[in-house]
Amino acid sequence: MRAANPYKPYPVRIDEIITETDDKLLKTFKFVFLNPEDEEKFAYKSGQFAELSIPGQGEIPIGIASSPTEKGFVKFTVFKAGKVTSYLHSMKVGDVMGLRGPLGNWYPWEILEGKNIFIVGGGFAYTTLRSSIKMMIDPANRSKFGTIDVVYGARTPGHLLYLDELNEWGDRDDVNMHITVDGTDDPNWRFHKGFVPQIADKVAPPASDDTYAIVCGPPMMIKFTQPVLDKLGYKHDHIIMSLENRMKCGIGMCGRCNIGKELVCKDGPVFTLEQINKTPREY
Amino acid sequence: MKMISIKKSDWAGAMEKVQKSYRLAGPVKEKKGHTFRELKDGETPDLEYSETRMSVKEVVLPQSEVMFSYSLDENKEGHHILEEVPFDETPRAAVGIRPYDAKAVEILKKNFMTEDYKDPYFERRYENLTLVGMAENNPSPVNFSTSCGTGPFDESCLDIILADAGDSYIGKALTEKGEKFAAAAGFAEGDSGVEAKLAELKEQAEGKIKSKVSFDKIEKMTILDLYEAPFWEEAAFACINCGTCTYACPTCWCFDIQDEVKGKDGVRMRNWDTCMSEVYSVHTTGHDPRHEAWQRTRNRFMHKLKYYLDKYEDGIMCVGCGRCVSQCPVNIDIRKVCQQMNDYEPSK
Repeated sequence: MRAANPYKPYPVRIDEIITETDDKLLKTFKFVFLNPEDEEKFAYKSGQFAELSIPGQGEIPIGIASSPTEKGFVKFTVFKAGKVTSYLHSMKVGDVMGLRGPLGNWYPWEILEGKNIFIVGGGFAYTTLRSSIKMMIDPANRSKFGTIDVVYGARTPGHLLYLDELNEWGDRDDVNMHITVDGTDDPNWRFHKGFVPQIADKVAPPASDDTYAIVCGPPMMIKFTQPVLDKLGYKHDHIIMSLENRMKCGIGMCGRCNIGKELVCKDGPVFTLEQINKTPREY
Repeated sequence: MKMISIKKSDWAGAMEKVQKSYRLAGPVKEKKGHTFRELKDGETPDLEYSETRMSVKEVVLPQSEVMFSYSLDENKEGHHILEEVPFDETPRAAVGIRPYDAKAVEILKKNFMTEDYKDPYFERRYENLTLVGMAENNPSPVNFSTSCGTGPFDESCLDIILADAGDSYIGKALTEKGEKFAAAAGFAEGDSGVEAKLAELKEQAEGKIKSKVSFDKIEKMTILDLYEAPFWEEAAFACINCGTCTYACPTCWCFDIQDEVKGKDGVRMRNWDTCMSEVYSVHTTGHDPRHEAWQRTRNRFMHKLKYYLDKYEDGIMCVGCGRCVSQCPVNIDIRKVCQQMNDYEPSK
């Protein structure tokens, strides 16, 4: 018997669509599997991605925003940008499409257990970080981690994803949430104002062998966050990043997503800064 | 191992016979010289060639192939669900490929049949395929296969090897697949002199290859040292990013996946792609990690001569066939680039 065709998506149905941002460019799609047994085959870990597959349009690689602790559905937050994502934004609840994955590696939970976690995220790259936080604060998992600090920023309050959750997590005493926006004229804004690297500088937990930073965001944010973490003493093998590149196959065969000899889709998307330092930064 | 000897005058008859149980691909004479492609019924692989413009790659990785089909008609059951397309299980044989092109198929296999994933389209074609080699008595001046771990008489990746011995083809069935094919074609058994004659021809042919590449020092350099070397922009200066080298190359495996729809019926297909094209790596935002044309050329050479070398630790991703050298419209020569890389001394 031949192994299952890795290019064949699981059929899914759109179960819910949530418009996340004021500009309506980000929507969260909740999918349920048409064949319930496929959900088990789609077992994933936080940090992995999948190809959203729309017959007639094509496929796009998107980070999984739901947490493995959430059952019965898989969630993705998608920015309307190109051909496939624009079409997806026009689809409606009940429509059938495909989901191929899970793909790529994940944040190294095998190493991260028992450690303090410092999450630094910006913009709509926050999705797999959302998955990670949700997974870590699950009652079955919370005791497996030390402190959890989160810096999450967006351009304006209207660009923040998962607002209800942010408020809920902000009220917890076992997660230190630091929400920030680049700017706002809202007089009642109760969180930070300023760029992610600046806020990270102020609130970061002290560097130690037991503290790992997970950084995910736009290139500028990453560029200016790295010196901050360096200054604070974070070692490069304790800085974990998730990369993006143009992809097609998602399984390390079609070639295009390479950074040096590593393929972002299969050897990544998660790399330590130490690994990235050894490779051409072609992302 | 079975020795083979077949008179040239019997070749067409043997091929006609074997086509009853095999679909063949082979060298065919076209307007601009020979190429390698799937043969129609009754076409005979023409072994009297010097080079084929395209390689055997097409047989295991077609330029274009349908992966799935689907219906977008919501009145039909199973609409918007991808269905596998049927595969013709008839055994296939690539007849008359150069031995180093067979090595290229093994290089492709490293990409398409990994521990984690098997590409089913490649896998079933590969498993179904018998490789019948035609050794090369007179390698062309651009051939440098002997320094790529293979050669004009390399038996290691073939099922059958044949060689031109004047008025007959002599050779050996090297594997079980090869023996089956030889039986189906009714190849006559060769005598004990065949082995010695093959060895003699091999020595002569290899001796004619004067063109070499070395990568012993590339192996020891770091990826970043080579990537940041100062010569890339100049080395790629003439390149017009046409992609000819990538299509002609028997080891270039990159592909694209596209959906095509006619009315309510659609297919998802894959097509050869080329890293020379900007569309290959550009992000939706317009950002392209290899925006400059020379960066794409660098990526191709780095992939073949360094990334692959480091990733698989089994030589370079090149079999020395010389197609890219002879077909490049601006005379970029991988041998020179390889030499430049190997000679490079990174400043400390």
